[in-house]
Amino acid sequence: MVETGHFALVLALTLALVQSVVPLYGARVGDTRLMQIGGTAAVTGFALTLLSFAALTVAYAQSDFSVANVWENSHSAKPMLFKITGVWGNHEGSMLLWVLILTFFGALVAAFGGNLPPTLRANVLAVQGWIGTAFLLFILATSNPFLRLSPAPFEGQDLNPILQDIGLAIHPPLLYLGYVGFSISFSFAVAALIEGRIDAAWARWVRPWTLAAWIFLTGGIAMGSYWAYYELGWGGFWFWDPVENASFMPWLAGTALLHSAIVMEKRSALKIWTLLLAIMTFSLSLLGTFLVRSGVLTSVHAFATDPSRGIFILCILMLFIGGSLALFAFRASSLTQGGIFQPISREGALVLNNLFLTTATATVLIGTLYPLLVEAISGDKISVGAPFFNLTFGAVMLPLLLVVPLGPLLAWKRGDALAAGQRLMAAAGAALFAMICTMIVVDGETVLAAVGIGLAVWLIIGALTDLALKAGLGSVDANVLWRRLRGLPRSVFGTSLAHLGLGVTTLGLVGALSFQTEAILVMKPKQVVEVAGNAIRFEGLRPFRGPNFTEDQGIFTLLNEAAAPVAEIVSAKRFYPVRQMPTTEAGIKTLWFSQLYISLGDETGAGAAVVRIWYKPMVTLIWLGALVMMAGGTASLMDRRLRVGAPARRKPGKAAAAA
Amino acid sequence: MSRLAHLFLALCLVALTAQPVFAVKPDEVLANPALEARARSLSEHLRCMVCQNQSIDESDAELARDLRVLVRERLVAGDTDDQVMDYIVSRYGEFVLLKPRFNLRNGLLWAAPVIFLLGGGFFMLTALRRRKAGLQPEALTDEEQAALNKIVGRDD
Repeated sequence: MVETGHFALVLALTLALVQSVVPLYGARVGDTRLMQIGGTAAVTGFALTLLSFAALTVAYAQSDFSVANVWENSHSAKPMLFKITGVWGNHEGSMLLWVLILTFFGALVAAFGGNLPPTLRANVLAVQGWIGTAFLLFILATSNPFLRLSPAPFEGQDLNPILQDIGLAIHPPLLYLGYVGFSISFSFAVAALIEGRIDAAWARWVRPWTLAAWIFLTGGIAMGSYWAYYELGWGGFWFWDPVENASFMPWLAGTALLHSAIVMEKRSALKIWTLLLAIMTFSLSLLGTFLVRSGVLTSVHAFATDPSRGIFILCILMLFIGGSLALFAFRASSLTQGGIFQPISREGALVLNNLFLTTATATVLIGTLYPLLVEAISGDKISVGAPFFNLTFGAVMLPLLLVVPLGPLLAWKRGDALAAGQRLMAAAGAALFAMICTMIVVDGETVLAAVGIGLAVWLIIGALTDLALKAGLGSVDANVLWRRLRGLPRSVFGTSLAHLGLGVTTLGLVGALSFQTEAILVMKPKQVVEVAGNAIRFEGLRPFRGPNFTEDQGIFTLLNEAAAPVAEIVSAKRFYPVRQMPTTEAGIKTLWFSQLYISLGDETGAGAAVVRIWYKPMVTLIWLGALVMMAGGTASLMDRRLRVGAPARRKPGKAAAAA
Repeated sequence: MSRLAHLFLALCLVALTAQPVFAVKPDEVLANPALEARARSLSEHLRCMVCQNQSIDESDAELARDLRVLVRERLVAGDTDDQVMDYIVSRYGEFVLLKPRFNLRNGLLWAAPVIFLLGGGFFMLTALRRRKAGLQPEALTDEEQAALNKIVGRDD
């Protein structure tokens, strides 16, 4: 089975080579049959990669320690779920997942791209083939997961304990679906540049793919953030780690791309922006892959082992980024200008949005790479960490968030900012009210927190205002209003929901960062401590044995006003004997949108232990907001006009009946 | 892969400290709440040297603990926030600062957002103006004017 998988991977590489060359040549000479080979190669290549991935998964499920990769990252006593997720919990396997998703998207284009112009489809598939070839070659040459060990060891070395979590089952696949999904936008952009033609129809084809990738990436980042929050045991949810930034930059650029493609689709403007953003977004995804796996940054991770991998990916990176940008420079000037617009207009607002989002991306990029740059030039070592990013990124995003509700209210071509502002009076009033309430009720000194709350309310009410106005609030009676609301295109709901989600996330961030309460103390059994109005009793420590770990559990009880128990919270220190590693398992109790977060420390004798308890108000809104954004993206994807495969071809039956 | 890397990071951290301990421990906390608050906010700006991308406030490492204690000692001794930071930088170098200083070497880092915004904004405005100018009808040539005059029947 393992050899079958290995062989299938090699075969997938040869098919990727075919897919890279044949359809491109076919499009050049206008040979339909050659162009169609691209689709066949893409689908077959996907099937082979899937077979290869399945072979590795089976090796993991059966704990076949004769495979080096399985021996390094698995253990026979591990629960089955973690045996399977362990497939991508390491460099080689995760690369295979990366390529699997790449070929999956290629196969989707082949399967659903029947209504694309044949040459565009052939070129897109060829570009996908180039990316596939590069990464399949990378896997086979430097990171082969199918290498055997002889003699086969009796027992594996187990998976990193921190990764033995449901998070590993969801986070990397979602993140990769996002990262790699942007390869489709990239391929479309490069294909358009090869053809030298780009129009509104192009944008209509590209948008659903971009949207889908964006939804996955949003989910992947949010999931990862929550995972770190509960697993790492100190309650942080975003650390501005270089590798974290690597996933955040494509998200920022992808968000800009999404907005830019709207303008291109509706108004045939911003062609240059859209193409450049499509190239940049995927380039940043590639850069992320490089940063994570080459070890050039001072971020500690197990992938940074082999410099030859770093050089290989660097070559891929230069080839694709350099090549596409050169093609862009060469061809962009030949693109026809699109619709014209006044600075104050929907297009103008979206250009502003692009400008701010790319600036934010650049800020994160430069902040991430600057220590490298300084060290290379002067040899000095400096750090760029959370305080820098919070300040600069915050300063760039603040004005953008302020104008977000205005954008959708402006008309295309020529808008009226004053009128849009007037329509948002309710939202502005609500924001002001929220700010004053925050100052009075919570704390009169934290002006920044009050501004943050006001901003969040402004975004939320602003998004709802947009929806209400488009349904005709104020000009029609309730009955008509309801009917019109239901009749609105789903993409309008998409915009509204996505912007609403942004507000919800902002609210969560402000709540958790500004209003959290913390208690650090030594607790004796039966001792009660009050944190932000929640009485918590420490019941004591109790040992526990899991399938492949032992742990000391601290049992806590949340009490109500009458000192009666409401809920039990278990926080634990775990120990994995195979890797001799301890982990912390935070005890979390969700109270509405807020959370109590309990972290257990050392035992201090006589059953007492060091305990750290946080009350984090509204913290779950950070991730719920991301879910709302994803829902917005999904609503937009469901829009008739944007359904994958739109514009729909006329059914042959219908045409025949008409004839 | 970001989160994975992060988890690996934590893992290395944990491995370094041999047994998990807390970031800020109860016995470190200063009795004076105002001083403690200052210590906490300073800690968030100081990097834990052995654990790459964590501040000493959130790190479990021994070295981070030593730095936390040092910050508190200086504060109790009556140093201002700046004096504490200068003292620590003089001992550990600028690498310890999570927010790089404003100076010539870090100029590009700090200026990048501004350069991008202003440069991009300027570029877009000029592009817009140029396009608008391009849409203004050009003046008629003499022949065109003559032809037009002929059509409308004017003679001058």
